[in-house]
Amino acid sequence: MKEYAYYPGCSLESLGKNYHISTLEVGSRLGVEFKELEDWNCCGATAYFPVDELLAYTLSARNLAIAEKAGLNDFVAPCSACFKNAYTTNKYLKADPDLAEHINYALEQDNLHVSGNMKVHHLIEIFVEDVGLETIQNSVTNPLSNLKVAPYYGCQLVRPRKQDEDVENPRYFEDLLTALGAEPVEFESKSRCCGGSLIITNRHAALDMVEKLLQDAVNSQAEIIATTCPMCNVNLEVYQRQVNRVFGTNYSIPIVYFTQLMGSALGCEPKSLGINKDVIPNAIERSLVKVD
Amino acid sequence: MTNEYPFSNEVGDMLYATHDNPITNCLQCGTCSGSCPAVEFMDHSPRKMIGMIRANMKEEVLASNTYWSCASCYQCTVRCPAGIDIAELMYALKRYSMWKDQYKSGLIGPAFSESFIKMIVNSGRSYEPILAASYLPKFSTFDIVQEAITASELVFSGKMNLFPKKIKRIKNLQNVIRRIVPIGELS
Repeated sequence: MKEYAYYPGCSLESLGKNYHISTLEVGSRLGVEFKELEDWNCCGATAYFPVDELLAYTLSARNLAIAEKAGLNDFVAPCSACFKNAYTTNKYLKADPDLAEHINYALEQDNLHVSGNMKVHHLIEIFVEDVGLETIQNSVTNPLSNLKVAPYYGCQLVRPRKQDEDVENPRYFEDLLTALGAEPVEFESKSRCCGGSLIITNRHAALDMVEKLLQDAVNSQAEIIATTCPMCNVNLEVYQRQVNRVFGTNYSIPIVYFTQLMGSALGCEPKSLGINKDVIPNAIERSLVKVD
Repeated sequence: MTNEYPFSNEVGDMLYATHDNPITNCLQCGTCSGSCPAVEFMDHSPRKMIGMIRANMKEEVLASNTYWSCASCYQCTVRCPAGIDIAELMYALKRYSMWKDQYKSGLIGPAFSESFIKMIVNSGRSYEPILAASYLPKFSTFDIVQEAITASELVFSGKMNLFPKKIKRIKNLQNVIRRIVPIGELS
């Protein structure tokens, strides 16, 4: 069983609890061990960088250093913002010895050291690349047949570019959904931004961005939107009713984490995935009505 | 005037890790503005901002809401044919404006970032209700009502933690931070 240094991030302790629960449940079904980092700190999302760049990298570096101390080589974040921060911090630590020296000097205060040799992954990459689609497909007991899903990648999972991957039209989320027996729709806005923290700092702009995503999901015939990030999930789900009140619209699209769809297809109890038992069956029913 | 340090260099100096960011290579093609999901809410488009930085229009650049309207989605960054990391450039402008304490009045971003950092220095973890105190006073009455409805929905659905979390080695974390930025003595 491969072990991963699991960094849940702050959102998964509160608004994204269901993402945390379903991740652990699906991991145990597929034989993946997520070892939560001890005493991890907040990665800062997008809020540290406007104040001090070195501080932002240092705070992310502390989490990488804790993983290193635990003897683990693979760092996993389920939140796209945490993932982007850990990934870029690791990359710069490796590329810039001066930055690494400065940060390690600070980390001495917590008896930590970081080398920049961690492999940093987003959670979905663990399932798609390490576990593999074939293994997942073979583990499906309750295929999500006919379920029309909009695969919402969001921004920071895909961007900035990590290596040489396709940032304009990634397909691995669609492939994962297909492996679960579901029907991924062609969702043009799949990597368009949900607004992120603009939901707080520029409410009007963020609600407009969320509205455009919901509209495009409806246009693409999706009956459910699957997300890979707690911030995307909150903006699309929690603020969906505000969008309706502000724009006079009538959206009621269920938003789920991709791990909840995985767990459902693997036959996990809805309760162990933090999902209402009716959400997926109802969406399948609506998908079927559309076919007729 | 002739010896004045160009504003594009000052902005470049705010980019430590991404110091090779070639701002002055901009072609003014507008790919960034065409790709930006928030452009219609900005005083000036990203393309125009880069032109203004190169034209040394520091006051006008700082007075705009553009860089504080960037959601850091990096769509511009991955598409720029001149290889400019525009999203990081927006962060540099945010830092510059915080440092100089010079930004458009009425923006929530600066106060939000500041209280976010204070929260981390005090507890190591983020917690939504503490942050709300930094932005709610700046919201319109309509938006406050909307937010109150949303927050109560969250509390009733059991999704909102009622107590903030604190990491165990918070004192060590504070000492780590002290080696990077001055935070003074904390209780």
